[in-house]
Amino acid sequence: MSGSIVINGLFIFMLAGFIGFEVIRRVSPLLHTPLMSLTNALDAIAVVGAIVLVGEHKSTLSTILGTIAVIAATSNIVGGFLITDRMLKMFKSSRPATKS
Amino acid sequence: MNEFAGNQLPIEIIYLVASALFILSLKWMSSPTTARHGVWAGELGMLLAIAGTLLHHGMVDYKWIAIALVLGTIIGVPLGRVQMTAVPQRTALSHAFGALCVTLVGTAEFYLRSPDISRFMMAVLSMEVILGSLTFTGSLMAAGKLQEILPQRPLTYKGQNLVNFLLLAVAVVLAVYLVLHPEARQLYPFMLVIALAFGVLLVIPIGGADMPTVISLLNAYAGLSAAAMGFVLNNKLLIVAGALDGSSGLILSVIMSKAMNRSFTNVLFGAFGQVQAAAAGAQEAKQVRSATAEEAAAILSAANKVVIVPGYGMAVAQAQHKVRELYDALSKRGVDVRFAIHPVAGRMPGHMNVLLAEADIPYDRLMDMDDINSDFPQTDVALVIGANDVTNPAARTDTSSPIFGMPILDVDKAHTVMVIKRGMSPGFAGIDNPLYYLDNTLMLFGDAKAFVGSIVRELTGGGGHS
Repeated sequence: MSGSIVINGLFIFMLAGFIGFEVIRRVSPLLHTPLMSLTNALDAIAVVGAIVLVGEHKSTLSTILGTIAVIAATSNIVGGFLITDRMLKMFKSSRPATKS
Repeated sequence: MNEFAGNQLPIEIIYLVASALFILSLKWMSSPTTARHGVWAGELGMLLAIAGTLLHHGMVDYKWIAIALVLGTIIGVPLGRVQMTAVPQRTALSHAFGALCVTLVGTAEFYLRSPDISRFMMAVLSMEVILGSLTFTGSLMAAGKLQEILPQRPLTYKGQNLVNFLLLAVAVVLAVYLVLHPEARQLYPFMLVIALAFGVLLVIPIGGADMPTVISLLNAYAGLSAAAMGFVLNNKLLIVAGALDGSSGLILSVIMSKAMNRSFTNVLFGAFGQVQAAAAGAQEAKQVRSATAEEAAAILSAANKVVIVPGYGMAVAQAQHKVRELYDALSKRGVDVRFAIHPVAGRMPGHMNVLLAEADIPYDRLMDMDDINSDFPQTDVALVIGANDVTNPAARTDTSSPIFGMPILDVDKAHTVMVIKRGMSPGFAGIDNPLYYLDNTLMLFGDAKAFVGSIVRELTGGGGHS
């Protein structure tokens, strides 16, 4: 039972890793900074693990650690998406006026 | 599918959708025209995943979740509104937060489950916690250095690599022991503390110029630790997000290490900051030619093609908005102005692009090193602003140079090279730059912002149409 969970997980990890490589290889160097802030925000999906930890309230320790973890991850989600969008809004193509 | 308890099946389906949205989000990042859709896809995926998680059947208490979500938002909003020049330290700080979350969850899971924890789970959990905690302290150190709270200079001592290696080895030995004897709970805090200390020591010897590689590598570690957490919690969405983040960090690390001519293993094992303190060399009195803003403006306005090479010095001097005015003034005169961006210019991957985009310079004017290097021989003026080592021709020719072999921008091939620089002090790596002594090089001594400003005044005030 535990063994099949592990193998399933490894399959998912391998496939997602390959997809990640192929997709991210195509990102223009122009956008490497927003890419990093975006992946950082996505990575904060770890918040779901922390939320379950807090919600299940199995021990005082797990609730305290989980609450801090939710705070840390949420600040990454909010801050990460905000700044990525702010950066991307700044990238503009050249207008005809500047080319003449 | 009765193996799913309670709401687990709909939650799994929501996670599946969120995974797809995350992949699309990164796919849309490939071009500036679709990139904002990527952010929206990511936000939607995140929202769905969090909402789905709240349906989890074992939940008994929502109060602390709500408080934590609100507090996190309160901290997150200002972190999303920092100045563009502060983005590298903000990124390092967010790696620290991500790693903190992973480490805390791992620690809580250990104390909830041990000693009834399978060997594989304990091994993955140890990996999660070791990677997470070293990324946490390492990223805090990096953020401190970038914010200049901590000294930017590398701090090195004899036997540093040995000490670091031994520390990591002890942490791994403790992890192995815990895998074999998960009931030895008293050992867990030692493993945690040693990994935290290792993160500090790993980043201490690293100087500012190596930050792009370090930040990318910490990004990869943060992703891998999150993926490990996905294994521990049997959460496929987390495995997917961790793998995506990990591969992104890994790709950026490889690009950065190639751009600095380090082997990837050299970077992976933390041998940063090795390029330093090159012997100042024979300081024979070499002649440099300097020019005034007036002369520089005359040469620039007579040119057809100008390539501007920005570096970290431009960011430090906050000169990007003056550079934009220069770009406007020259474009108005019909000069073709482009920007050559070295992959490691600045303090994180893509740092210069963001600063120039903020100054409203169109992104199709920002050229990658590989795309512009062949154009330098046809370039009338290459204007270097606050960049040094990435333009050093010694990297091509001088086998004794510490940066020999590093790919550089071939500015010396332009008809005229102009370098804005405060003085003749060598760059961060402490390496003399032969570019400054070439016959076709003019040194423009002064503060980047002030000097570009006076060139702009010459261009717009003196003659021509304005």
